[in-house]
Amino acid sequence: MFSLDGSQAVYNTLKQSEINFVVSLPCVNLDKIMKMVEADEDIIHVPVTREEEGFGICAGAFMCGKRPAILMQNSGLGNSVNALASLFELYKLPILMIISHRGTEGEFMSAQIPMGNATPKVLDALQIPYFNPKTPDEALKLIPKAWKVAEKNGTPVGILLSIKFW
Amino acid sequence: MERINTIRKISDELTNELVVCNIGFPSRELHHLKDSSTHFYMMGSMGLASSIGLGIAMSTKRKVVIFDGDGSILMNLGSLVTIFNQNPNNLILIVLDNECYGSTGSQCSYASTVNLGKVAEAVGFKNNFYFDGNENELKFNEVLNSCGPVFVHVKVKPGNANVPVIPLEAVDIKDRFMDEIKK
Repeated sequence: MFSLDGSQAVYNTLKQSEINFVVSLPCVNLDKIMKMVEADEDIIHVPVTREEEGFGICAGAFMCGKRPAILMQNSGLGNSVNALASLFELYKLPILMIISHRGTEGEFMSAQIPMGNATPKVLDALQIPYFNPKTPDEALKLIPKAWKVAEKNGTPVGILLSIKFW
Repeated sequence: MERINTIRKISDELTNELVVCNIGFPSRELHHLKDSSTHFYMMGSMGLASSIGLGIAMSTKRKVVIFDGDGSILMNLGSLVTIFNQNPNNLILIVLDNECYGSTGSQCSYASTVNLGKVAEAVGFKNNFYFDGNENELKFNEVLNSCGPVFVHVKVKPGNANVPVIPLEAVDIKDRFMDEIKK
């Protein structure tokens, strides 16, 4: 059976959810999505120097009516904890977080393991809902649902894409 | 010049501009001087005022004025790089530089040895202003008429005005600000 490529599936759901403002920091697994977003004339794409900065930019964009998302590696979640709590939770702001979850099964780099293990716990501590699509088909179902949760509740929502997803 | 007098002098010149104000006493001082639906008081997320302002500037045609501080811009120097590269012509970034962390007891910051205006210049900012502590020299009208992104470095005295905590909920500040933008 023909199966959709993981990057294409994620990009399709961004379009379906009418995401039109994306900030990003690269991960090798996000490379294709970043290129699709960059090429899309209906999406403002802002490469940032640090993920926390990206959350600030997205907060401003949302207040002007944009539908924001961030593309980042899970290490960026660690860089952004205070912004998630004292900006996004405090002001009830939505954002879709597309997270390459390194340090999961199949990881070749031991340096990725500690933050990989901490990632779901950090999201739990921040009371941020998240989904773990295992396949492109699951991503097609879960990511639009995630954005609806984000928008309805004024909260960040995480999409954790583990190594096996790609 | 005291920071609150600098904020007063600048905000007296503002009309329809959207304002993002830094955490702590700067927001309290601005709110005390004048409250407005055009104000976004950033009550947490130290360091991110310039980033929030950039997101706004990229999503609206209205002019955006950011009151930032030396300690907070030092925490997010990468923001200068991103602002320069995105090049929003409607963004004015004001750094109120008292060379210390004023809201936490005036502990020294590195702004006493590093010239933040030169940093902005080195990043590539073309329209830069510097005002020392002399009140009469602060001519904000010129800044408002400049094409963004504009970097405004203002030296102010350490210390905070004796003004109360902002009696607004964060969510109400956001809702009011978003209604203002929708106008």
